[in-house]
Amino acid sequence: MNAFIAIVHRDLLLVMRRKSEVLTALFFFVIVTSLFPLGIGADAALLRKIAPGVIWVAALLSTLLGLQRMFAADYADGTLEQLVLSPNAFTALVFGKIVAHWLVCGLPLVLLAPVIGIQFDLDAQSLKVLMAALLLGTPVLSLLGSVGAALTLGVRGGSVLMSLLILPLYIPVLIFGAGAVYASSVGLDITGHFSLLGALLILALAFVPWVSASAVKIAIE
Amino acid sequence: MTTTNSSFPASATAVLEAREITCVRGDRELFSGLNLQLFAGQCLHIRGENGVGKTSLLRLLTGLASPESGEVLWCGHPIKEQASEYHSKLLFLGHRDALKEDLSAIENLRMYAAIDGIALSEQDAFASLWRFGLKGREDLPVNCLSAGQKKRILMARMLTRRAQVWILDEPFNALDTHAVGELQDLIVEHLQGNGLVALTSHQPLAISGLRVLDL
Repeated sequence: MNAFIAIVHRDLLLVMRRKSEVLTALFFFVIVTSLFPLGIGADAALLRKIAPGVIWVAALLSTLLGLQRMFAADYADGTLEQLVLSPNAFTALVFGKIVAHWLVCGLPLVLLAPVIGIQFDLDAQSLKVLMAALLLGTPVLSLLGSVGAALTLGVRGGSVLMSLLILPLYIPVLIFGAGAVYASSVGLDITGHFSLLGALLILALAFVPWVSASAVKIAIE
Repeated sequence: MTTTNSSFPASATAVLEAREITCVRGDRELFSGLNLQLFAGQCLHIRGENGVGKTSLLRLLTGLASPESGEVLWCGHPIKEQASEYHSKLLFLGHRDALKEDLSAIENLRMYAAIDGIALSEQDAFASLWRFGLKGREDLPVNCLSAGQKKRILMARMLTRRAQVWILDEPFNALDTHAVGELQDLIVEHLQGNGLVALTSHQPLAISGLRVLDL
């Protein structure tokens, strides 16, 4: 447990020392989502309709920007070997890195979402649903992304390959996440969407840390 | 104030052993049927030309890689079956320094202590850095330090890690002559406390009772 906290703390500290990398991903999210209202113009009805999809797609892509860094830096300087050789469970350390990634690349999106939503003329109820959906969905993005980051460790052109590997896996999160906001805006029941997002999160939490840890070990060997 | 290595219990079973190990890299066999035994208090110096498999052998001994055939044992049991137990007694320093460039020396040291699950007081952490001439540089980011100074942080880690088995890949690289002496002293101190050391180096070592393996 201490080692888990130490890893989360270390990764957050490293991010604080080199803020530009994280801010890039956040600015990407803000800029991309702001371009749509500017490009489409003042058609409020249309904006409301495309908002969930646009915001979710931007969230997927901006999470992807930070993923490459998840293991690559530690791999390059040999830290990853030291983590494998730690007497603590390597899976717990990998999970710590995933949590740190979510705190840095996922949580800010949840917090920024209402501001972005206003640009799309979303009502208060939809904004709440959007935030809740992102809160359940972004951890899944970090978890699934860690598998891609681990599998492409040490591969030349790894970041492009990782996008191709991971984006298809993000589709269910995109469908149910955006679906929840849309359903809420047209007055349909949203519990189904949230149950499925929750199920995805539980499934990912149950399996992904082990899969990523094994993939990293293979990359090191 | 100085910190010293705590000694480990002397026991005949504290032994690192490789049985008939074969290492294959790509489709080239680096070595095969290699046997070695390393007892508490012994230092093994692995020598050989570049590319002969010194680093590969060290990685096999740590468990980072698995041999093509044969097995590595710690205290008579395969390390695979007791990975956590073995790793709690192991310190491996590869040729990459594994220090985070954006963190300071003291932060790196304390981070590794937490990850390795050892209690390291702030006082001990500072004392170990001071012993290796890093006084006044504890709070500088590591990327402001020279290659030799980074190695000195690693020496402080060797001191504070309290591991019985040290596996060191080219530990003398980038060190000045004074630091080479200090590192040899550190190794001798470790051996006297019943530690085990396996290292690769291209320079002759002044350590008594040194065992040499030529690959």
